[in-house]
Amino acid sequence: MTLLRAGGAGIPASARASSSLGVVPRVQVLIRPKSGILDPQGKAVERALPALGFDGVSNVHVGRLVELDVEDVSQVDAMCERLLANTLIEDYEIVS
Amino acid sequence: MKFGVLQFPGSCDDRDAVEACARVGDAVLLWHADRDLHGVDAVVVPGGFSYGDYLRAGAIARFSPVMESVIEFANDGGLVLGICNGFQVLTEAGLLPGALLPNTGRRFVCRQVDLEVVDADTPFTNLCAPGERLSIPAKHQTGRYHAPGLDPALVVVRYAAGHCFNGSQDDIAGVRNARGNVFGLMPHPEHAVDPLTGSVDGLRIFESMAAHVGAAHVAV
Repeated sequence: MTLLRAGGAGIPASARASSSLGVVPRVQVLIRPKSGILDPQGKAVERALPALGFDGVSNVHVGRLVELDVEDVSQVDAMCERLLANTLIEDYEIVS
Repeated sequence: MKFGVLQFPGSCDDRDAVEACARVGDAVLLWHADRDLHGVDAVVVPGGFSYGDYLRAGAIARFSPVMESVIEFANDGGLVLGICNGFQVLTEAGLLPGALLPNTGRRFVCRQVDLEVVDADTPFTNLCAPGERLSIPAKHQTGRYHAPGLDPALVVVRYAAGHCFNGSQDDIAGVRNARGNVFGLMPHPEHAVDPLTGSVDGLRIFESMAAHVGAAHVAV
């Protein structure tokens, strides 16, 4: 799995390879609450796990996964900035 | 005074907003797919769950055809009031600072709250006294206001002490833009315009807008 940091330059190598074969690349965007912002959903899950006997779990955060087939992977960063994430409250990570 | 109330698929407070506006002027509904604002003097972006609030509250509505015109209207100095989901839409559109996060308690909360008017010198609060309390219902799950580095001068209304249930920064309930012609708040003034529902304090917001527009017309 190739990770591309938010705002990072370049296209994941695997996506470039699929492009050259004429396959539309599959891209995943992971969206998380920005660190430092209270994440009540994550807290609720964190509290629920010990109740089920799963101890030793901390720092739980709940975010969103957006999957998309996209012909031009270089546009995904702009998609994140304009629509998929609200960068005031969320961080995103492009994965393929 | 002619108000235009936006109507998105998933809006649910549009009718009450029209009712409230109609008590102080004329009011029409503006369909989300229509770019024409039909010559209104002020726009109300109402509460509800525009486009299902998919992705994030207000994120899709912000790109609707009617919002393109509302952004132009606001940039030209037109009055825009965003209520609840409308407030979320206006922050997503960049017309107001900050963003709305899920309530700290995670639950949808519906209750009557007291607001304190922090700034009575805006087109939306000019008939209020500074520090005056308004009793207005709030009902939302995503109302925790977050705006790092916000200029405190932009705060128009706060939840009164003990009334903030959503974890908002500095108990902020509503803010304006720097120019002062765009205002958004989470509580619902349009649901507090008739004694039947317990309070008429919300009417003051709509009356203030009408007074502002009326004064502007006289000045011209």
